[in-house]
Amino acid sequence: MYFVAERAFMDKKLQIIVQKLEKEFGATASETRDEVSLVIPAEKIVAACRQVQGHGFELLSTMTAVDYWPQENPRFHVVYEFTSVSQNLRLEMRVPVPGVNPSLPTVSGIYRNANWRERELWDMFGICFEGHPDLRRILMPADWEGHPLRKDYPLGYEEPQFTFNFEEIDLRKPYAKE
Amino acid sequence: MPDIQEVTVDDLKHLVSERAIQGETVLLNMGPQHPSTHGVLRLLLELDGEIVVNCIPDIGFLHTGIEKNMEAKTYQKAEVMTDRLDYLNTVGNTLAYSLAVEKLVDLDVPVRAQVIRVILAELQRIASHLIWLGTAALDVAAMSAFLYCFREREMILDILEMCSGQRMMTTYIRPGGLWRDVPVEFEQAVRNFIKIFPKRVDQYEALLTRNPLFLDRTLGIGKITTEDALNFGMTGPGLRATGLAWDLRKAQPYSGYEQYEFQVPTRPEGDVYARYLVRVQEMREALKIVEQALDKLPLGPVRSSNYKFVPPPRSEIGVSMEALIHHFKLWTEGFNAPKGSVYSAVESPRGELGVYLESDGGPKPYRVHWRTPSFDNLQAMPLMSKGVLVADLVAIIGSVDIVLGDVDR
Repeated sequence: MYFVAERAFMDKKLQIIVQKLEKEFGATASETRDEVSLVIPAEKIVAACRQVQGHGFELLSTMTAVDYWPQENPRFHVVYEFTSVSQNLRLEMRVPVPGVNPSLPTVSGIYRNANWRERELWDMFGICFEGHPDLRRILMPADWEGHPLRKDYPLGYEEPQFTFNFEEIDLRKPYAKE
Repeated sequence: MPDIQEVTVDDLKHLVSERAIQGETVLLNMGPQHPSTHGVLRLLLELDGEIVVNCIPDIGFLHTGIEKNMEAKTYQKAEVMTDRLDYLNTVGNTLAYSLAVEKLVDLDVPVRAQVIRVILAELQRIASHLIWLGTAALDVAAMSAFLYCFREREMILDILEMCSGQRMMTTYIRPGGLWRDVPVEFEQAVRNFIKIFPKRVDQYEALLTRNPLFLDRTLGIGKITTEDALNFGMTGPGLRATGLAWDLRKAQPYSGYEQYEFQVPTRPEGDVYARYLVRVQEMREALKIVEQALDKLPLGPVRSSNYKFVPPPRSEIGVSMEALIHHFKLWTEGFNAPKGSVYSAVESPRGELGVYLESDGGPKPYRVHWRTPSFDNLQAMPLMSKGVLVADLVAIIGSVDIVLGDVDR
């Protein structure tokens, strides 16, 4: 499902960085719509993040995930968007994560704003981040079941209650009762 | 009713200091219904007397599931929800979303539409900063600025209403251009605002900038360094107040921002007062952009004529069979975007507002992610508020300028 186009033009500075990352971490780079994207294996993400920060990408703009359900391996892509303020560059890294026990090492020790972003991914996708200092739900209530942004999670609806089946539906309705 | 969960130190051992566990410091809830948390933000404070030892934000009270909802709607219909994210920067949200969709499907925008986009986005920036100025001043007990700020904001909302029919939730900027052209009175209204506003900013500054009470509450409070700010993903005026001139309008221009002359105001101090100065200066710079844009406002269409992606104007539907077919196709099935993903960001009043959009080739976005600036800015707040007084914490929350709709999405 992930779209890979042919390599076109790339900023010179970025090209050097990308080539280094490709060589060191076995990453595959692609460029679409002027955006450079690297696919990096999960176990190398921490080292890669450290490397990327060393190359002057001071800002982890965002971190998100995409669910390719029902595809299982990889089911998720975790996407990191880096910004270099000093060189005015952007770089994307994608990490494929399997659907069974999805987990990744945390990068919150390198980019501290990854802390909440990873909590959000745990909350919304159920992707576990090993070594995270505070992996709790962040947006949903603490006792929520399921991970809402997964594709197999329904958008949600409320069963209409009529007089003849009011009690019956009320019993299984997931809201706080008196 | 389920039992109300009591906050115990045991659940939060990893977040509070050793002294809280021994009972030397006090845990105190601030919010989610507190007037100076600017919405439904809950802060769990660990206090040593009046001093904040730890500040643990708890968010999610305004979570609306917009990202999930957008996946179930076509590209055009999903846009309506973007206004509700950062409800003080509605034009900026629709602009960010439209730019992302345009990048995804490779759509050109007519020049007139681009210029009007810039005018409205900058007016919205001023309106947002006015809300911030009013409420942040109110937090440090400067009541009168609040009333003046809302008076001027009303003028901007009137202009938005004139264009779109809505004061706040405009959805005026659409992928491929604008919903419709601006009305005839638009130019006069904006000119009127340009004439009045500089004097009004002087008035706010006369009330606050050299006011000894305001200085006492803001100078040297909530300091953060550039390195820390970047590491926490802080962007926008908060980052610029640490001395780094990072502004996406300059660095990665969109919608023709490269044609306008404006400064990126910075301050080296990184405290609450610096953030105040940067934002006030930004209002003046935004007005400069509005004036330049209005002077060069060209005539022409305001919507792309690529009817595969943009609905044809109403007038054509009555006379053109093709236009009718396009209209029908677009409002029932929607358009198919090519496979792939884009990340596009704009400079919102709060910082980098980014949209990650992924398409699987169908008429609905496969994944929409909003990189909202308040989310990351709020994360840096505990660092700024270490060791300050509770009263100063209020000033810091105000200066970070969070919008909870933006944080919780």
